[in-house]
Amino acid sequence: MTDSKYFTTTKKGEIFELKAELNSDKKEKKKEAVKKVIASMTVGKDVSALFPDVVNCMQTDNLELKKLVYLYLMNYAKSQPDMAIMAVNTFVKDCEDPNPLIRALAVRTMGCIRVDKITEYLCEPLRKCLKDEDPYVRKTAAVCVAKLHDINAQLVEDQGFLDTLKDLISDSNPMVVANAVAALSEIAESHPSSNLLDLNPQSINKLLTALNECTEWGQIFILDCLANYTPKDDREAQSICERVTPRLSHANSAVVLSAVKVLMKFMEMLSKDLDYYGTLLKKLAPPLVTLLSAEPELQYVALRNINLIVQKRPEILKHEMKVFFVKYNDPIYVKLEKLDIMIRLASQANIAQVLAELKEYATEVDVDFVRKAVRAIGRCAIKVEQSAERCVSTLLDLIQTKVNYVVQEAIVVIKDIFRKYPNKYESVIATLCENLDSLDEPEARAAMIWIVGEYAERIDNADELLEGFLEGFHDESTQVQLQLLTAIVKLFLKKPTETQELVQQVLSLATQDSDNPDLRDRGYIYWRLLSTDPVAAKEVVLAEKPLISEETDLIEPTLLDELICYIGTLASVYHKPPSAFVEGGRGVVHKSLPPRTASSESTESPETAPAGAPPGEQPDVIPAQGDLLGDLLNLDLGPPVSSPPLATTSVQMGAVDLLGGGLDSLIGGPNFVAPPAATVPASLGAPIGGGLSDLFDLTSGVGTLSGSYVAPKAVWLPAMKAKGLEILGTFTRQVGSISMDLQLTNKALQVMTDFAIQFNRNSFGLAPAAPLQVHAPLSPNQTVEISLPLNTVGSVMKMEPLNNLQVAVKNNIDVFYFSTLYPLHILFVEDGKMDRQMFLATWKDIPNENEAQFQIRDCPLNAEAVSSKLQSSNIFTIAKRNVEGQDMLYQSLKLTNGIWVLAELRIQPGNPSFTLSLKCRAPEVSQHVYQAYETILKN
Amino acid sequence: PLISRNYKGDVAMSEIEHFMPLLVQREEEGALAPLLSHGRVHFLWIKHSNLYLVATTLKNANASLVYSFLYKTVEVFCEYFKELEEESIRDNFVIVYELLDELMDFGFPQTTDSKILQEYITQQGNKLETGKSRVPPTVTNAVSWRSEGIKYKKNEVFIDVIESVNLLVNANGSVLLSEIVGTIKLKVFLSGMPELRLGLNDRVLFELTGRSKNKSVELEDVKFHQCVRLSRFDNDRTISFIPPDGDFELMSYRLSTQGGKEYLMRAHFGLPSVEKEEMEGRPPIGVKFEIPYFTVSGIQVRYMKIIEKSGYQALPWVRYITQSGDYQLRTS
Repeated sequence: MTDSKYFTTTKKGEIFELKAELNSDKKEKKKEAVKKVIASMTVGKDVSALFPDVVNCMQTDNLELKKLVYLYLMNYAKSQPDMAIMAVNTFVKDCEDPNPLIRALAVRTMGCIRVDKITEYLCEPLRKCLKDEDPYVRKTAAVCVAKLHDINAQLVEDQGFLDTLKDLISDSNPMVVANAVAALSEIAESHPSSNLLDLNPQSINKLLTALNECTEWGQIFILDCLANYTPKDDREAQSICERVTPRLSHANSAVVLSAVKVLMKFMEMLSKDLDYYGTLLKKLAPPLVTLLSAEPELQYVALRNINLIVQKRPEILKHEMKVFFVKYNDPIYVKLEKLDIMIRLASQANIAQVLAELKEYATEVDVDFVRKAVRAIGRCAIKVEQSAERCVSTLLDLIQTKVNYVVQEAIVVIKDIFRKYPNKYESVIATLCENLDSLDEPEARAAMIWIVGEYAERIDNADELLEGFLEGFHDESTQVQLQLLTAIVKLFLKKPTETQELVQQVLSLATQDSDNPDLRDRGYIYWRLLSTDPVAAKEVVLAEKPLISEETDLIEPTLLDELICYIGTLASVYHKPPSAFVEGGRGVVHKSLPPRTASSESTESPETAPAGAPPGEQPDVIPAQGDLLGDLLNLDLGPPVSSPPLATTSVQMGAVDLLGGGLDSLIGGPNFVAPPAATVPASLGAPIGGGLSDLFDLTSGVGTLSGSYVAPKAVWLPAMKAKGLEILGTFTRQVGSISMDLQLTNKALQVMTDFAIQFNRNSFGLAPAAPLQVHAPLSPNQTVEISLPLNTVGSVMKMEPLNNLQVAVKNNIDVFYFSTLYPLHILFVEDGKMDRQMFLATWKDIPNENEAQFQIRDCPLNAEAVSSKLQSSNIFTIAKRNVEGQDMLYQSLKLTNGIWVLAELRIQPGNPSFTLSLKCRAPEVSQHVYQAYETILKN
Repeated sequence: PLISRNYKGDVAMSEIEHFMPLLVQREEEGALAPLLSHGRVHFLWIKHSNLYLVATTLKNANASLVYSFLYKTVEVFCEYFKELEEESIRDNFVIVYELLDELMDFGFPQTTDSKILQEYITQQGNKLETGKSRVPPTVTNAVSWRSEGIKYKKNEVFIDVIESVNLLVNANGSVLLSEIVGTIKLKVFLSGMPELRLGLNDRVLFELTGRSKNKSVELEDVKFHQCVRLSRFDNDRTISFIPPDGDFELMSYRLSTQGGKEYLMRAHFGLPSVEKEEMEGRPPIGVKFEIPYFTVSGIQVRYMKIIEKSGYQALPWVRYITQSGDYQLRTS
């Protein structure tokens, strides 16, 4: 006889019948009735009406029946809180039952009933159960504390349960220890700041001992908890690692992965020169490989994590390429992940094998997989230069298959190869052009158009090809339109005589007939460029492009480090920080890898200490150029940010001049027609003479001549301290020159003459570049404004604070001294925009200890506004990324003395608080740079 | 859903209604993965025959623990009900609820050893009067996989060394990947609390003890059952343990066969020609075989020492077998 019969009662009046049966005198009948109730509950029927009758069955000596009643209570207590109270007595009684199973069952169930009234009664029984003689009851009670905390955190604290729970970490029974650790970790998650787990070398030792004795699940709780600990130095880190490594041999993949997490994290503290570091690296590879024999879902988690590990420490798996070869029967999600890792591991040594595999995959049937394989071939070409030629020929072979999506994918990656190795593989262009008609995906069309434009001079019928695309211009996607616009402008600049009409056509399509702001902006910019300064246009549009970087999808270093701390969890599978997908205050603490700290008795000499290691041996991952900086493959040739020639010419020229002539030098006649005035949006219409020059103000702050932010003048020297001479002043920086703007007022009764000024030595060598010139004597009550040019070639002495400037002013009456603090941004130089790749390499290279984080509060600007505001003070945005809805601005600035400061500014739309992370080799400037940010952004 | 248990109360029971549509949608998009999300809810799922076992969470849960637990749950149900399918769940829903309560508490996996669970959760419905349903001390013992007081008339251990050969050969006949995955399975009929020590011709062990490396095997990676003392193995390569009762997998190992001897068999198959309209790619040729009394790796059980305080003599029996694992030959 089976339980399925309980599901079959569907008669009318069922509830009535059940009610009667529940109240039957016969035990057996009662039990049968409860089973029927639970069966109904299981299939989703509402049997809450039977609450009192079921609760009546609670007092029974039949364990099975009791469990069923408890199950019912857990389900319905919340909807019947008043009646649930009826159950309290039995619970309390059961917590005292001689049978530990019953005691545990009662305390376990009570914790699941989320009704306040019941919770109050739970405290006393729970207190007893936490000290129960039976470990089964204690381990259940430990979990119950976490349950209670979830319902009423205050109550748990007030009742001192947290301390009891902490005591259980020293319990003699390993399962109790494991559950106590799990419960405390869970509670600690909602109190990120509290040192609830109180991890210290002693408690860590206890946990490590328990690790050997508890169940596989307990081992995971303990390992996950250990991962939150930061050892005090490299010795402690090593000794913990030594005790954790045996777990790598556990049959349970989850134990292995949690152990890997602890090891990966603590390894960060070990010097690479240590023998043990090498040993550990070697120990990690085999278990990671074995994870690929696990069930597919676990393989998937393992692969997503290996993807992170390979980026963080490529040396671990560099010889294991083959295990990532795709098997025919792998699930698609496993195939795609393996492919990704294969590319990351591709090197000159193994590229032949990798390519052979990729070619094999490119002929499979799964479209997504095939596409990714084709793309992977392109990535290999870019990553391993020696293989580029072979990759290109493989791609050509694939194009010959004429499989539509293969061809399109191949063209997209060939464009990337062109960008990496210009003027090398252009012989294939003819083959590509043959396939022009079959391209129906925007990305492939845009790539092909880019190729035609870029190599227009070598393609005889480039104009025809591009003209062909122009016909359906308005039906194309934006990326194709933008690309077509740029390509035709390129073509025009290369072959001006034959293509005038074409370029007119595309400019007018982009500006007059389109309402896409990006397209219009770009159209106008080209138009203006072409009409004002064709030579500049050539320089800009046909400029040599930076080569694209090797890997474009590396995870940015800070996120990668955070994800390493979350190995094995959902975050590591999504490759997103928990804050991106976990709601509320829980679990949103950002974790980071521990800094490397050598123990005091370290045998290493200071010279070989890791912090001082030469940069050459630092990078673990090839500098992660690409990703951080957004998509470098984006071929947007929009106006380069900060391009002074444009700005200056635009100011000089009037509208008429602008739109007329200008092109003469290029095409030999003033027949380039200006865009009709009507198409210029009203808001752009500048007053007479301004013409389109204002257009440029729309584009990321190009050509602003306003200079850095200037604070209002402040009183530096009050009259009463200087025998009637009052000095107000401020600092300015404009077009590369710094000056001190002074306002001198004579509040005395006598004339002042013979002014002179001197600076004391200061941190950045600021000094007057000219004498203080007050031309006429200063009569009483007269004020004079003077701008004193400064330079930075004076003597240097580190001041406290760093930006302190001591000044002496002399006049015919006396010498007066005052000191003032200058804002650091006057020292930000105009060429402070760091090259993207350089930025990444430098960011990696500067040790983490040098990173400083600040909050900029109450700043209601968006990323664009922030960027342009900062740029006018010479803080340059190198890249902008959007990560989980947050805008990340990567910025650089350079001080007059050549010190670079790198910044990451995190902006959450709608949140006026920004997070600013600064990295600099001279970390003492960070605080002042932060103040400069504050000043600039808030004014 | 067929049956469910809400351990934490933070995910509404109705959320599961989103699961199947989401799964179908992802499958159509070709973007199916073992982890799906809908709003704030994350679904971690596995499939067993026609059943989906789905775990839901709102937090940054330990994903590998969740999948591992789901597979363990399947294992427990299979041992209880022989087959895990819709019918067996319905037929045993009372015990399924009991097991779900014992397997996990508040999202923390608890006791998942089916042999131990069977000692206090049984199908016959316990009567308290009999005094039987007490917590077996094993549940919370350090040795949580073996109960005390086991008795056999004849004390014996059967050891099966099973090696599977995984091979991937490309269409030209060159070997891309070849490895051996071995497992050592034990059938234990021993009384009391015996201490066992297994000796293999493990190269690292031979090196440690200064023996000649001849006839030893280099294991690339080894995985052990919960019962094996891992720190001890890490320390001196000794495989020591108190075994569970009955059948279990003691260990598995993996080694690559690079540099071994390679033999090539050329075979000509005359097959009738059949045409199919749909293109399905080129599935590889799979090969199945079995070689009894032989291990390809050359691994050997050198000894199995069995010590129990009552001092009985016990006999170990060893069998070796090699079989095909994932053995694929790609076609052109």
